[in-house]
Amino acid sequence: MSLNSFWFLLIAVLWVGYFVLEGFDFGVGILLPFVSKNQAERRAVLTTLGPVWDGNEVWLLVAGGATFAAFPEWYATLFSGFYLPLFLILVSLIVRGVAFEYRSKYGKESWRGRWDIAITISSLLPALLWGVAFANIVRGVPLTKSAAGAMEYSGGFFNLLNPYSLLGGVTTLFLFISHGAYFLALKTEGEIRVRANKMGQQAGLLTALLAVLFFAWTLVSVSHRSWVVGGVTIAVVSWLAALYSNFRAREGWAFLYSAITTAFVVITLFLALYPNVMPSSNGEDTSLNIFNASSTHYTLKVMTVVAVFLTPFVLLYQGWTYWTFRKRINPSQIANAETGVLDTIHP
Amino acid sequence: MNALDLARWQFAITTVYHFIFVPITIGSGFLVAGLQTAWYRTNKDKYLKATKFFGKLFLINFAIGVVTGIVQEFQFGMNWSSYSRFVGDIFGAPLAMEGLLAFFMESTFLGLWIFGWDRLSKKMHLATIWIASLGTLLSAYFILAANAFMQHPTGYGMSANGTRAELKSIVAVLTQKTAVSAFFHTIPSAFLVAGSLFAGIAGWMILKKRDVDVAQPVLKMGLVTIIISFVFIAISGDYTSRVMVQQQPMKMAAAESLYETKANAPFSLFTIGTLDGSRPVFQIGLPSVLSFMSTGNFNGVVEGVNDLQKEYVTKYGEGNYKPNIPLAYWSFRLMIGFGALAALLALFLLWRMRKGGSLPESKFMHLSLRALPFLPLLGTSFGWIFTESARQPWVVFGLMKTADGVSPTVSAGNVAFTMIAFTLLYGVLAVIEFGLMVRTIRVGVGKPVEGNNANDGQPLTMAY
Ligand code: HDD
Ligand code: HEM
Ligand code: HEM
Repeated sequence: MSLNSFWFLLIAVLWVGYFVLEGFDFGVGILLPFVSKNQAERRAVLTTLGPVWDGNEVWLLVAGGATFAAFPEWYATLFSGFYLPLFLILVSLIVRGVAFEYRSKYGKESWRGRWDIAITISSLLPALLWGVAFANIVRGVPLTKSAAGAMEYSGGFFNLLNPYSLLGGVTTLFLFISHGAYFLALKTEGEIRVRANKMGQQAGLLTALLAVLFFAWTLVSVSHRSWVVGGVTIAVVSWLAALYSNFRAREGWAFLYSAITTAFVVITLFLALYPNVMPSSNGEDTSLNIFNASSTHYTLKVMTVVAVFLTPFVLLYQGWTYWTFRKRINPSQIANAETGVLDTIHP
Repeated sequence: MNALDLARWQFAITTVYHFIFVPITIGSGFLVAGLQTAWYRTNKDKYLKATKFFGKLFLINFAIGVVTGIVQEFQFGMNWSSYSRFVGDIFGAPLAMEGLLAFFMESTFLGLWIFGWDRLSKKMHLATIWIASLGTLLSAYFILAANAFMQHPTGYGMSANGTRAELKSIVAVLTQKTAVSAFFHTIPSAFLVAGSLFAGIAGWMILKKRDVDVAQPVLKMGLVTIIISFVFIAISGDYTSRVMVQQQPMKMAAAESLYETKANAPFSLFTIGTLDGSRPVFQIGLPSVLSFMSTGNFNGVVEGVNDLQKEYVTKYGEGNYKPNIPLAYWSFRLMIGFGALAALLALFLLWRMRKGGSLPESKFMHLSLRALPFLPLLGTSFGWIFTESARQPWVVFGLMKTADGVSPTVSAGNVAFTMIAFTLLYGVLAVIEFGLMVRTIRVGVGKPVEGNNANDGQPLTMAY
C-alpha cells in the first residue's frame, strides 16, 4: 500500500472514531429534554458524558490536523468551500462545550434550563450538518482549477443543500439519536434507562427507513462498486442486530452494533470516494485525489512514524477512561440535585 | 473592508481571545496540581479545599480555551486556504502532532481528574492532573514550533514549480531557536498570568476574611510564582530579542522606532514619529542599551527601518516592508510594562508580608489585588500582537505575504458575517465566563466532599 493510501485509510479511521464517539454525545444531547424529567435525571444523563465528551471531540481536531498535514489541498478546498456549514458546526461545538461545563457550576433553575436548550440545539445542528457535508463530498461538488493551479470549490452555499445531501443529514441525525439512546440505556438505571430504550427503538426504526433510502440512492447514482455494496451490507445487518438487541433490552450489544453501523457508514462513504478525496462534478481532471492533494513523501513518512507510535497509547488511555467510568449511573446518586454545584453544596 | 482585512481582523480577534484562556489554563493546571500534591502529602483539609475551589476556577477557563481552540484549528482552511496550500506540507505536521500527542492527553486526563475523585486511587487521581498539565506544555510546544516556522522558515525547500514550501527536515522545524525561545518565553508568561490570578483572588479572600486558612498558602504560592516566572521571562526575552534581530531585524527596528542604522543605539523610552512612519520627531532614549539588547555589545550596530526597507526591496522586489511601527513600538513596551507591573506589585506584597505580616487594608490594596490578574494578561496579549503584527507584511517571513495567503473563493460578505458572529459570540461568552468567575469566587470555598470510592448506589462525589 502506498503512503498516500495509508493516510487515506488513517483519516477514515479518525472520522470513524469521531462519529462513533461523538455520535453518541450528539444523540444524548438531543435526547436530554425527552429522557429526563427532573434535575436529578438531567444531571445523571449529562454525567454519563462528563468524563468523555472532550476526548471524543479531539478525534475531530486530529482528523482536521491530519488532513492538513497529509492532504493540505483537501483541507484547504474543503474548509474554504464548505464555509458556512462549517461555521455553523463550529458555533455549535463552541456553545455545546461551554454548556456542558457551565450548567453544573451554578444551581439556579433558569441558568440550567437555558443551557439545556443550548445543549439540545447545539447537538442537533452538527449531527445534521456533518451528514450533509459528507454526502456532498461523496456525491461530488463543483471544483474549478484556479489560475494558481489549485482546485477551488466553485459552488455556492445553496449548492450544498440538495436533496441527496439533506437526506444524508437527516440519516446521520437519526443514526446519532439512536446511537445516543443505546448509550444512555447502557449507562443509566431506572426510568431513564427505560425511556432511552423505548426512544432507541423508535429512532432506530426511523433510521433504518432513512438509511435504506440513502443507501439505495448512493448505490444507484453515486457508486455501486462491490466494496461499497459490502460496506452497506455490513452496516444494514449490524443495524438489524442493534434493533433486535435493544428490543431484548440487551443494551451493551445494541450499543456495540450501532457503533459498528456508524463505523461502516463512514467506511462505506470513504470506500465510495477512494482514490478521490473530493470528486468534482465538473469532471475527473478537476477532482482532488490522494495524489494531487497530498503532501510530499517525506512529510507522509514522518507523520506515519508519529501516528503509528502514538495511536496505540491514545486508544489505550481512552479505553481506560471508559473502563474507569463503566458503572451505570442512577439519578438517586446525585446528592442535592437542585442546589448542589458539582462537588460542593451551597444552600 | 475587503476579504483580506476582514480575515486578518477575524484571525487577530479569535487568536488573541484564545490566548486569554491559554495562559490561564497552562499556568493554573500546574498550580492546582501543586495544591493537590500538598494535600496528598500532608492530608490537610485546607489544601483539599484549595484544590477544589481553584480547580473549579481553572475549569471555567479551560472550557473556553478548548472551544475557542477548535475555531483556530479550522480557521486556516476557511480563511487562509492559499496559505494552507502553500505551507501545509510543513505547517500541518506540528498541528497534527499537537492533536495526537497533546490534545488527547489533556482532554482525556482532565476528564479523569474532574470525575475521578471516587473512581481512582488518591495517587492515580493526583497523577491525572499532572499528566493533563504536561499535555498543555506539549500542546504549547508544537503550536509554537508551527508559529516559529512563520517567523523564521527553516528545514524546507521550494517545490519544483515553486507553488509550495516542502518539508526537508522535521527536526530542524521542531528544534529551531525561534521555537525554543518562544517556548521558554511563553510558558513562564503563562505562569505569570496564573500566579497573578491566584494571588489576586486569594488576596481578595484574605481582605474579606473569607476562608483565610485556604487563601493564605495560595497567596504566597501565587506571589512566588510571579517573581520566579518574571525572572525567567526576562532571561528568555533577552535571548528572544537576539534571535529576532538575527532573523527579523525589521521587527526590532520597528519595536524601537529606530529609523536609521546606528552603533551605540539607544533604547527608546518614548518616541513620536511622523504619521507615515518614515522618521521620528521626538525621542527620549537610554544610550547604547538597544545595541546591547540586540547584539550583546554596547557598541553593536543596529540596523534601522529605512535601510532595511531598501535592503528588502533589493532582495524581495518592490513593496512596502515596514510593519505598523507605532503598533510595534507600543505593544513591545506594553508587554514588558504590564508584566513588570505585576512583578513589582508581587514584590511589594511579599515585602509587606515578610515575617508573617498581613496585607495592608488600604483602598490601594483592594484596587491592586483586583487589577493584578489582568496585568499579565494584557502583557501576553501585547506580546502576541507585537510578534505577529511586526512580522507583517509577511505571513511566512520572506516566503509568502499575508495578502497572498487569504482564501480566494470566500467572499468578503461571508468573512464579514463570520467575523461579526464570532465576535458577538465571544463577547457574550466573555460576559458569561466573567460573571461565573465572579460568582464562584463570591460564593466561596464551600464544603467539598472528599472522594469515598463510592460503591454502587452511593452518592457520586462529582456530577455534572
Ligand atoms: C502557547 C500556547 C498555545 C498557543 C499559541 C495556541 N494554543 Fe490552542 N491551546 C493551548 C495552547 C496554545 C492549550 C493550553 O493547550 C489549550 C488551552 C485550553 C486547552 O484546553 O488547551 C488549547 C486548546 C486548543 C484546542 C482545543 C483542544 C481540546 O479540545 O482539548 C485547539 C484545537 C487549539 N488549541 C488549536 C490552536 C491553534 C490552531 C492555534 C494557533 C493559531 C493555537 N491553538 C494557539
Ligand atoms: C495564541 C497566540 C497568538 C496571538 C495572540 C496571535 C495574534 C495575532 C495577531 C494580532 C495577528 C494579526 C496581525 C496583523 O494582521 O497585523 C495575527 C496574525 C496571524 N497569526 Fe498569530 N497569534 C498567535 C499565535 C499564532 C500561531 C500559533 C499561529 C500559527 C500556528 C499564528 C498564525 C497567524 C497567521 C496565519 C496570521 C495571519 C493573519 C494576519 O496576518 O493578519 N498565530 N496573529
Ligand atoms: C522582560 C523583558 C521582556 C523582553 C526583553 C521580551 C522580549 C520579547 C520579544 C523580543 C518578543 C518577540 C519574539 C518574536 O517576535 O519572535 C516577545 C514576545 C512575547 N512576549 Fe515578551 N519580553 C519581555 C517581557 C514579557 C512579559 C513580562 C510577558 C508577559 C506578560 C511577555 C509575553 C510575551 C508573549 C506572550 C510573546 C509572544 C510569544 C513569543 O513570540 O515568544 N514578554 N517578547
